[in-house]
Amino acid sequence: MKGKKKTIGLVIYFILLMMPIYWMLTMSLRSNADILASFVLYPKNITFMNYMKIFTDSSWYMGYVNAMIYVVMNTAISLFVALPAAYAFSRYQFVGDKQMFFWLLTNRMAPAAVFALPFFQLYSTIGLMDTHFAVALAHCLFNVPLAVWILEGFMSGVPREIDETAFIDGYSFPRFFITIFIPLIRAGVGVTAFFCFMFSWVELLLARTLTVTEAKPISAIMTRTISATGLDFGLLAAAGILTIVPGALVIWFVRNHMAKGFAMGRV
Amino acid sequence: MEKWPNNKAWFLVLPAFVIVIFSAIIPLMTVINYSVQDIFGPGQAVFVGTEWFREMLGDYRLHDALWRQFLFSGLVLLIEMPLGILIALAMPKKGWGVPVCLVTIALPLLIPWNTIGTIWIIFTRPDIGLFGAGMNNLLGIPFDHTDNWLDAWITVMLMEVWHWTPLVALLGYAGLRAIPEVYYQAARIDGASAWATFLYIQLPKMRGVLTIAFLLRFMDSFLIYAEPFVLTGGGPGNSTTFLSIYLVKIALLQFDLGPGGAFSLIYFVIVLLFSFIFYQALQRVGKGEKV
Repeated sequence: MKGKKKTIGLVIYFILLMMPIYWMLTMSLRSNADILASFVLYPKNITFMNYMKIFTDSSWYMGYVNAMIYVVMNTAISLFVALPAAYAFSRYQFVGDKQMFFWLLTNRMAPAAVFALPFFQLYSTIGLMDTHFAVALAHCLFNVPLAVWILEGFMSGVPREIDETAFIDGYSFPRFFITIFIPLIRAGVGVTAFFCFMFSWVELLLARTLTVTEAKPISAIMTRTISATGLDFGLLAAAGILTIVPGALVIWFVRNHMAKGFAMGRV
Repeated sequence: MEKWPNNKAWFLVLPAFVIVIFSAIIPLMTVINYSVQDIFGPGQAVFVGTEWFREMLGDYRLHDALWRQFLFSGLVLLIEMPLGILIALAMPKKGWGVPVCLVTIALPLLIPWNTIGTIWIIFTRPDIGLFGAGMNNLLGIPFDHTDNWLDAWITVMLMEVWHWTPLVALLGYAGLRAIPEVYYQAARIDGASAWATFLYIQLPKMRGVLTIAFLLRFMDSFLIYAEPFVLTGGGPGNSTTFLSIYLVKIALLQFDLGPGGAFSLIYFVIVLLFSFIFYQALQRVGKGEKV
């Protein structure tokens, strides 16, 4: 009886959750004139015109490619530097450890608007403007701290006897870390990668500031279209639906890892 | 268990430290530099000391935006934390439902922030939106977020709750799944009610994840910009002009870097201060009742 109530509640929540997304999907399958002309619950004259435009116009579809490139780069860099750091925080006591741990998080706390201008100057000075690497590096500012915080939780859940035994058995630190420790928290790494991917994928302001044409992400291309032609709801909806696809694919492929990771972590 | 004292651990933290400070320190120094100068153009600036800080602290529109921001973040935390925990409790523990739930619930999180605003424009338009038209035509309640401040607030809150409750739910779910079965067995033997099990086992065990969820939700809701800006543009009037929307008005649209810099630093210090207080408080709460 109680389980049933839970399930019903969950189903209602999921229906509400899907409603805006459903609405965007129906909009993306209609022409803009049709959208503005009438209100219908489901599209009667389905057209793939909006999607065709995005898939045939390189200024549109390159936006997805660009975003994918820097998001993957950022996720890789974030994990690479956050793994050893999180290990240090979960295992060792050292000068300034607590302050350092909190300081990392403070990098997520600055309002981006005014900080974007110095970012522009900094990355112009070092000649990285309009490259994927620039955005990947800038996003490390908020993703590395998050990755360290999440991984530290997973690592603290692993008993320290495992480390001690390995060191007594004569493992060097890098060998132990790569061949024993990381496989132990593999699922935790999956969850962390998901969060890095997500925050880098959805960030707009820094990505827009640091790119001009070569590395422009889809989210920035969408805003440009709003100001240029007025709102083309159908096209925007199609572009919006397509922004969900990469992330949805990522979680679909790592779903078992995620379920496992969520089962083991204190995060 | 005590951690091993070893200062060499700094070498493990170093790469993360370097990569973060690279993007952190120079922009921060530059903004501090802006905040104490009156900038007329490239290379033309006068040192003005704390003038911008005094001007910003006395700006009544900033005060209004700040109170609005506190109300918004407060409501966000009050709604999203309990709702997220409830959803986490209701999610299935095993079987095919687990991956389906995880994927579905993560969908809103994966949409770029300005796209979120766009979705909600389309969703709430009184003429062509499912929600807007439903309210007006089906229920007969006049609803237009471009016209009425209360409707605008409701729309922004709905959008925010829709967008970010999944984050709390996902983190809460992770915390719940990490509780060993023996705790539940012990609770059953003691004849504990579901409420007591929640209060004395599940909630304390979720403290770690909920701390992260709480801090993330506080910071990100306090800094929210793109979603309400796209949806309402801060209106009607100034009713949804949150702190960052007002900041952008001052700093970028009027191109006033001095006041903008001072505003940014004040803003940063407020977020930092509250995050620190919350962090300390959440570290302490529940320590005593740890099983």
